Amino acid sequence: MTINGSLPGPTLRWREGDTITIRVRNRLKEETSIHWHGIILPTNMDGVPGLSFQGIAPDGMYEYKFKVKQHGTYWYHSHSGFQEQVGVYGPLIIDPKEPEKFSCDRDYVVMLSDWSDENPARVLAKLKKDSGYYNFHKRTVGDFIDDVSEKGWSKTIADRKMWAEMKMSPTDLADVSGYTYTYLVNGHAPDTNWTGIFKPGEKIRLRFINASAMTYFDVRIPGLKMTVVAADGQPIQPVSVDELRMAVAETYDVIVEPTDQAAYTIFAQSMDRTGYARGTLAIKEGISAPVPTLDPRPQITMDDMGMGGMEGMDMSGMDHGSMAGMDMSGMSHGDMAGMDMSNPGHSEMLGMGAAMQSHPASEANNPLVDMQTMSPTAKLSDPGIGLRNNGRRVLTYADLKSTFDDPDGRVPSRTIELHLTGHMEKFSWSFDGIEFADAKPLLLKYGERVRITLVNDTMMTHPIHLHGMWSDLEDEQGNFMVRKHTIDMPPGSKRSYRVTADALGRWAYHCHLMYHMELGMFREVRVQE
Amino acid sequence: MDFEQTRYPVLAGLAILGMSLLPLAGVRAEEPMQGMDGSQMEGMDHSQMQGMDHSQMQGMDHSQMQDGDYSDMQGMQPAAPTESRTPIPVLTDADRAAVYKGGMDHHMGGQALNSLFVIDQLEWQDANQGSALSWEANGWVGGNVDRLWLRSEGERLNGVTEKAELQALWGHSVGPWWDVVGGVRQDFKPGSPQTWAAVGIQGLALYDFETQATAFLGEGGQSALRLKGDYDILLTNRLILQPTAEVNLYGQNDPRRGTGSGISDSEVGMRLRYEVYREFAPYIGVTWNHLYGKTADYASEEGADSNDTRLVVGVRMWF
Repeated sequence: MTINGSLPGPTLRWREGDTITIRVRNRLKEETSIHWHGIILPTNMDGVPGLSFQGIAPDGMYEYKFKVKQHGTYWYHSHSGFQEQVGVYGPLIIDPKEPEKFSCDRDYVVMLSDWSDENPARVLAKLKKDSGYYNFHKRTVGDFIDDVSEKGWSKTIADRKMWAEMKMSPTDLADVSGYTYTYLVNGHAPDTNWTGIFKPGEKIRLRFINASAMTYFDVRIPGLKMTVVAADGQPIQPVSVDELRMAVAETYDVIVEPTDQAAYTIFAQSMDRTGYARGTLAIKEGISAPVPTLDPRPQITMDDMGMGGMEGMDMSGMDHGSMAGMDMSGMSHGDMAGMDMSNPGHSEMLGMGAAMQSHPASEANNPLVDMQTMSPTAKLSDPGIGLRNNGRRVLTYADLKSTFDDPDGRVPSRTIELHLTGHMEKFSWSFDGIEFADAKPLLLKYGERVRITLVNDTMMTHPIHLHGMWSDLEDEQGNFMVRKHTIDMPPGSKRSYRVTADALGRWAYHCHLMYHMELGMFREVRVQE
Repeated sequence: MDFEQTRYPVLAGLAILGMSLLPLAGVRAEEPMQGMDGSQMEGMDHSQMQGMDHSQMQGMDHSQMQDGDYSDMQGMQPAAPTESRTPIPVLTDADRAAVYKGGMDHHMGGQALNSLFVIDQLEWQDANQGSALSWEANGWVGGNVDRLWLRSEGERLNGVTEKAELQALWGHSVGPWWDVVGGVRQDFKPGSPQTWAAVGIQGLALYDFETQATAFLGEGGQSALRLKGDYDILLTNRLILQPTAEVNLYGQNDPRRGTGSGISDSEVGMRLRYEVYREFAPYIGVTWNHLYGKTADYASEEGADSNDTRLVVGVRMWF
């Protein structure tokens, strides 16, 4: 399924301040929709069937018409079923009313995506039957032997015991892998090598868009520094990096200045290292630069999941009364064997690092919640799993600083804490252990300023996207950092952002991993008077 | 200067500070403030400003401020505004009319009916008494928490069905890892057909370690208990060694079906499969079958051995 016959769909170029009119005619045999990702617009223009409008019936037409109030790099995609996975997406560029602080000689969209020949409904059915279906890198007997020779018997067995008792695999970095996916740059597979032409000395703006259904990409261009100037379309204070991780649905604008080489490879490896998307910047068509090998495959650690305290802890003699506020129902106490807390008390617990995380009651003994993080942190300056200490300067969320001050400025009047929850084996995904179908809308009062605090109680990474309103990310001290439309939530993370409820109506709020969204990591946010 | 005009009442404190500089600067207080670096302002402590000595500020070097260097001010924090700096539009009837009133036709797949059918074992066995065809299958249909479970196992020896049963159980998850199941079991063989009520638990005891315990209450006061477990050992991500174990216990002797009370029989297996696809894996293996107590006695009366080590070759499939 495509828009105007191309994959990705045509690049739309709008101008800030204009009122745009787009008529979408549905020539599919099923209902469709187009959602303008990250665009501030009236609720009936947002393109989510069931929340913004009723969708576009086969042979039907819908007219989108609204004033464009922002500029930058965005994208659009279907919000119906699995259409986004099979090609209904495209880049959206909005030129600014006022000139930007930087100028470039060339401007390219680099849209990354994942393609499977399998029907997405079939992919999902397989994941429901066997959530590890696409993971061919689980730990084997050979890995066990290697670990024993490296770390010794006791450490290796303790590690295996812990994972066995959690009923999880530390190799679960992606639910869907390169086993079925081909990773694309602007619709091109790695061997057809999308190429952007430059003249040496030119400044090139690359507009990276991660339009994948399920894939995080780690992007770099060996030989070039990338100066990141915008995140999710919004200008940030420039920061020069070698590499950046792109959560699904994020966009980053970078400026590169190629000089000495005739060709440079744009290398975007999937986070689970099962494949890569690749393109080239070259002085002419047909030449290419070496393609790097995939980095070693990382494994998730207890630290990553905010369970760092568990390693080597013996809680056997522990007084439960001292653990007030800690919900351990989702967790077998056997997990904790090893920590010596012969004389446990509150002070020692606090000494374990971050404070113990409390959890919503709806998670307790919930069949759809397979783990709860113990001591999550914001992890803003963490490059992320598989990118730490790799010798490259990797962009982190701590680097993202909007060029403007907090556009609202008010102290949030209340905090809404939501936990990202799931069950790997059942392949169920939810907020607070409640799937969308069973959940009530989140109610916001028009005009109010709220803080949303997310806690990731899963071992997966989730890009959380709120429609219709900005997500103003805060640092650990509660200061405004950066304005985004999609907030990445690695395992074991707890991040807060402010939302100004300045858009009346019903808005989608969800994990942008398509299958997670489809299965229920989704809420309606209803802004009412 | 007119404080009413500014949209930043929070910054009023700062404006007061700026006011004393105004005569020097000759500019309106709002202008430098708008250009101010917000990240520095965040760090300002308003309480400090209350106690601030204005006389010191007279001596402040304004040129620094023009350059946007507010380092002197760091550590001060203005009270946050009570209204958004970016005005929030007054709602119009058009805004209200734009809100969709319809329902969610878009059903998220989480509530959809899913299913899995696994033929764990479909194998030829080299038994003491000839060649056997054995099967074991299970599956489910349902959602995340409530599922209809089906189980079947059986054996044909030299072309004659020796054992065959089918279970249909309703399963309900009672936690992340455990289901309680209850339903019926129908035996077609051995002997005449027999119907049982079944209740049990099943779940994941450890990663890749599936277990189940099911109690059965049959006709004529017969009772039974079956314990099963299997574990996957990954030699590679496709070559997988699977140990299995099954034990059956009965409450009464049943000479017609050759089962004695107490521990009746056990089967321990070790199968090595290669997953050509996840869904299709041929395997070879060995099983060790034992009969105990009265069951062994019944078997020897029929001339059968109570211990039987079998080579097995088969295929595992799911869909």
